[in-house]
Amino acid sequence: MADQTLDAKGLNCPLPILKAKKALKAMPAGATLEILATDPGSVKDFEAFCRTTGNELVESSTEGDIFRFVLKNTA
Amino acid sequence: MAAQNMSIIVTKGQLDWAYPPFILSTTAAAMGLEVTMFFTFYGLPLLLKDLKLKMSPLGNPAMKMPMGGGHMGMPNIASMIPGVDAGASAMMKNMMKKKGVATVEELRDLAVESDVRLIACQMTMDLFEYSLDDMIPGIELGGAATYIEVATQSEINLFI
Repeated sequence: MADQTLDAKGLNCPLPILKAKKALKAMPAGATLEILATDPGSVKDFEAFCRTTGNELVESSTEGDIFRFVLKNTA
Repeated sequence: MAAQNMSIIVTKGQLDWAYPPFILSTTAAAMGLEVTMFFTFYGLPLLLKDLKLKMSPLGNPAMKMPMGGGHMGMPNIASMIPGVDAGASAMMKNMMKKKGVATVEELRDLAVESDVRLIACQMTMDLFEYSLDDMIPGIELGGAATYIEVATQSEINLFI
């Protein structure tokens, strides 16, 4: 179970990333953020976001039309 | 990771062209970069308090709107008809809303919120007779040398 969930369904690039960053900023180090998105581009984008920022992409999965990511605030 | 820097020269103020600079600046800021945007010529009105962004299909054969399963362009002559550009702009805004694309106003607010440095070109301000009161708060004024200084300190410099 992630510490917090961000519903980014229906949002298009770059909003899922921007909203995730905003949420992460308010979270303590080590906390986890679950993000639900429908933007297919978010799969590659969250990978790139994590590589660049140093946050950990704990999970990336697809359930139907929904992409689910779990990020650990390690930046 | 050491902070990286990115600068963007923003030269176009149509509805569609307003997107790339704001999308990239907000995303770069979210990814930890220090971002500076320099607004010059027709990009300058993107700093106005009240944005009334429009676009025109005129001279843009690549602009094809999805329509009935296909894509439809608009002949140049259609743009001569009063109201066609306004209609195309409204259509684009409507389509963007439906597809979950942020508004330019929303992205600009996010840029301000994430401390993106916004510089208005002083020469363009003079040329088109804008005053700082017309612009959103928190912007700076600067010239070519101000931008070049930023560029020399940035790993990424874009001209849009």
